[in-house]
Amino acid sequence: MSTLARPDLRDVSRDDTSLRRFLHGLPGVDQVGAEGRAAGLATRSIKTTSKAWAIDTAIAMIDLTTLEGADTPGKVRSLCAKAARPDSSDASVPSVAAVCVYPDLVATAVLALRGTSVGVASVATAFPSGRASLDTKLHDVRDAVAAGATEIDMVIDRGAFLAGHYVQVFDEIVATKAACGAAHLKVILETGELATLDNARRASWLALLAGGDFIKTSTGKVSPAATPPVALVMLEAVRDYHAMTGERRGVKLAGGIRASKEAVRYLVMVNEVAGQAWLDPALFRFGASSLLNDLLLQRHKLASGSYDGPDYVTVD
Amino acid sequence: MPTKRPKQTTPKQPAADATRLRVRKTYKLYIGGAFPRSESGRSYPVHSAAGDLLAYVAQASRKDVRDAVVAARKAFAGWSGATAYNRGQVLYRVAEMLDGRRDQFVAQVGQAEMSTAEVAAGEVVSADAARAQVDAAVDRWVYYAGWSDKYAQIVGGTNPVAGPYFSFSLPEPTGVVGVLAPQDSSLLGLVSVLAPVLATGNTAVVIASEDRPLPAISFAEVLATSDLPPGVVNLLTGSTAELAPWLAGHRDVNALDLSGVVVADRKALQIKAAGNVKRVYAPHEPDWFADPGISRLGAFVETKTVWHPIGV
Amino acid sequence: MSARAKSPVFEYAPAPESREIARLKPSYQIFIDGRFRDGSGDAVKTINPADEQPLAEVAEAGPADVADAVAAARRAYEGPWSAMPGKERGKYLFRIARAIQERGRELAVLESLDNGKPIRESRDVDVPVAAAHFFYYAGWADKLGYGGFGPDPRPVGVAGQIIPWNFPLLMAAWKIAPALACGNTVVLKPAETTPLTALVLAEIIAEAELPAGVVNVLAGGPAIGAAIVEHDDVDKIAFTGSTEVGKIIQRTLAGTSKRLSLELGGKAANIVFDDAPLDQAVEGIVNGIFFNQGQVCCAGSRLLVQESVADELIDSLQRRLATLRVGDPLDKNTDVGAINSAAQLARIRELTESGVAEGATRWSPPCELPERGFWFAPTVFTGVSPAHRIAREEIFGPVLSVLTFRTPAEALEKANNTPYGLSAGVWTEKGSRILSMAAQLRAGVVWANTFNRFDPSAPFGGYKESGFGREGGRHGLEAYLAH
Repeated sequence: MSTLARPDLRDVSRDDTSLRRFLHGLPGVDQVGAEGRAAGLATRSIKTTSKAWAIDTAIAMIDLTTLEGADTPGKVRSLCAKAARPDSSDASVPSVAAVCVYPDLVATAVLALRGTSVGVASVATAFPSGRASLDTKLHDVRDAVAAGATEIDMVIDRGAFLAGHYVQVFDEIVATKAACGAAHLKVILETGELATLDNARRASWLALLAGGDFIKTSTGKVSPAATPPVALVMLEAVRDYHAMTGERRGVKLAGGIRASKEAVRYLVMVNEVAGQAWLDPALFRFGASSLLNDLLLQRHKLASGSYDGPDYVTVD
Repeated sequence: MPTKRPKQTTPKQPAADATRLRVRKTYKLYIGGAFPRSESGRSYPVHSAAGDLLAYVAQASRKDVRDAVVAARKAFAGWSGATAYNRGQVLYRVAEMLDGRRDQFVAQVGQAEMSTAEVAAGEVVSADAARAQVDAAVDRWVYYAGWSDKYAQIVGGTNPVAGPYFSFSLPEPTGVVGVLAPQDSSLLGLVSVLAPVLATGNTAVVIASEDRPLPAISFAEVLATSDLPPGVVNLLTGSTAELAPWLAGHRDVNALDLSGVVVADRKALQIKAAGNVKRVYAPHEPDWFADPGISRLGAFVETKTVWHPIGV
Repeated sequence: MSARAKSPVFEYAPAPESREIARLKPSYQIFIDGRFRDGSGDAVKTINPADEQPLAEVAEAGPADVADAVAAARRAYEGPWSAMPGKERGKYLFRIARAIQERGRELAVLESLDNGKPIRESRDVDVPVAAAHFFYYAGWADKLGYGGFGPDPRPVGVAGQIIPWNFPLLMAAWKIAPALACGNTVVLKPAETTPLTALVLAEIIAEAELPAGVVNVLAGGPAIGAAIVEHDDVDKIAFTGSTEVGKIIQRTLAGTSKRLSLELGGKAANIVFDDAPLDQAVEGIVNGIFFNQGQVCCAGSRLLVQESVADELIDSLQRRLATLRVGDPLDKNTDVGAINSAAQLARIRELTESGVAEGATRWSPPCELPERGFWFAPTVFTGVSPAHRIAREEIFGPVLSVLTFRTPAEALEKANNTPYGLSAGVWTEKGSRILSMAAQLRAGVVWANTFNRFDPSAPFGGYKESGFGREGGRHGLEAYLAH
């Protein structure tokens, strides 16, 4: 992105017009070409030794998630146990990166994960729709942080974005980041609602410019959620942001990723598009729940040479 | 010298007005919209079919061929880039101008094509025959003028490709076409080979019938007064045998119409034409009065296929 | 945050297709009049360009075989084939299409072995598109009257077809399918370095029970090609190959009534404007010049990039090229395979050296090339001037020449400044500019915001010295119908 000539990024967000100029000045994304590239990357096959590494890495990148109206402290506690020790029979399986819960269950999770390396992420800002006043959203964030959340997954105001009120979206991210304090901020773009890859790219940049530590595809409540072309575009954004500023920001794919094969394909994409530095839970996450068990089954298969059934991994 | 016709010492005068001396025309080349003499300074005598000396016309040289190709190339972008509707309008204008000078062409075609023998054999219809040629030539030109904004729809279209792409194919003009005009049919033949070349957007360098060039030169005058941009048609008179190899070998000529070359002489030209992979059209001598169909329109077009992704 | 160690390298596994799949035979025979037989020419070993090891022996055709093949094709033409109702001819073509699909993996592996191209391409492009061509033209066989060539178009007769080594099976399909659909019979000569898939196609044709002589396949070198071209009883020649040979054929046919279609060389411009979708443009550039190791007549070998975005684009391109995997053609992870022959490798080297000598800057990503075999690293030349040989001559290898421009007019002028005119690419998000460029580029195929797309329904062929006639689509029928 050298031709962007390192604009004064504070200046870019001065008003809707200048933000619009910047975001719409980003190179367009040709949908067919992006889909073709994503499909091409999916044909890579990786070494068995790399595959074992990839499976463990993918496990360590998971934000083990439960975001149901029916969530209870009991459900969250068992999820936390699984997060800390995904395979009770095998201590070599790494812990996941974090558990991800609603704000009111953060305290439960913090308690359950005390003494482990697993972080506590919380969706906040009137997740999943984001349809609340900024005050309410910030209150939501502060609650979660106060309860001990180390990571906040916020949603952007997609309505404002689609209406071209980029400064509003930008300011909300800035305010949320301030409310996070030391907690890491992941900015959910909900690309399924943004509809186009051009918008995915613009929203990615908007979130990066506003200070998001991660850009995240989706809430998991809207279809389509994470798709290979969207992941490609978001990885290109962090790659280009790094080229421009020297800073590395993260990407989180959430929603619909259930199979180890998909996860490994995404790791191939991360490796080839953003680069090897991003093959790290500090810079890449999967927001998932059932993916973990599939990774564990694959891990068993690699270790034993035979396939396991679902009875051999725990439901939570 | 290209002609072996019997000569007379003085051109035959029309007897219409004995008291007034006619102003004779100098028959010159038509290059880039102008009427220059041959750069070589040469000319050659042209006789009527009956053997009377009609005029001395410019005898073009290889350098005139070169100049004509330069003019045709220069005109190509504008003519090929004009709207098909505009080309059709201009070509129709040519037909109007041609029709307006029917009498002149009837006389010239008659002189060029009706032999003494035919006249002596009591072919009183010779004038009618010449008139039929001219009428057919006008109609032929109108026919092709009308094709200019229809041909692409006939042969172009979308390609239903197996993927998220919009793909379409269109005919485009080949470029500069060297036209060796028919030797016998001095106007109808010329018009029949030239009009389709122009209708599809090509520009042309024409070598007129060697022995019957006067209708062609007069036709160049029609073109010059018909809004046809300079250089779209360039017309040379002279020895076909001398000029054709230069045209066939010229690497900035994209295609060659060998209508005016006898079959025996075509091979050498085709060999030269291969030097830049020219498209060569070498048809059998047709019945010029017959319905021409569309095959000549397809002789000097290239199919261009364009692809674009379909996405949001 | 994980405490786990990072992998030193995220390695791709060699994921080779087994060569067993190719059902490679020790020797292959030519196919004349419905029978396989040893040709009367030399027995020649065809080698695997990836390791220079012999693959199989091919009993090449001699002049007598050409005579036999043409005679067989004539008998089949005068006999069953031209008189057969179109719908019956079409069914034979459908059979061939299906058989290519059924034996797709075998053909793909065989093609990669014989040609050196990555299995990813032979599997995803060459073989499926070859089958698709037979499918497409099969359907035309009983609909020729609707093709726009008159109500009852007639075949031309015996077609001599000479194809190159870059897409051996696919080019055979491009040639044979429309010829047969129109009722012609065929004498096909595959390239000397890549005869195997065409001979397996002959097997498929035999198994499809086409009447004897309808398709004859002669392995052999240029002398056999010349014998086909010169044979008096051949009515039509279709040639795909170099412009140099195309001109020789055109001269040879001068003064004859034989029909000719030529698909020749190219030096395509791939034009990237500063408002292009740059990430996709990078992919298009990579695909444009490294697809099939750049051994593609329509390869985007001249990158014309708008000066205002040149540095950024070249940075992105170089970063992308560093991820290309060069190596074993049978490895499913391979992006760039082997050069087809020692002769072609020598030509690529010679032209590349001229690029350095003329002052252009050469760059290749770090990549280890196998020790044996014909290999050439993906190469990008920057600082190329339009006068350099690498900007004018067809290299037919994985070598990209980068030039810059400032305005659309300059881009057009540079793009069209070549005796070739096969293909061109345009990258811009501005629709009206695409249409304007597409209209003014003197090339038979213009890819806008994409590159190297092929489809049986889309006519393909050149302007200027890139040849004449079209293959594919309704237009592709014309070369095989009398008119």
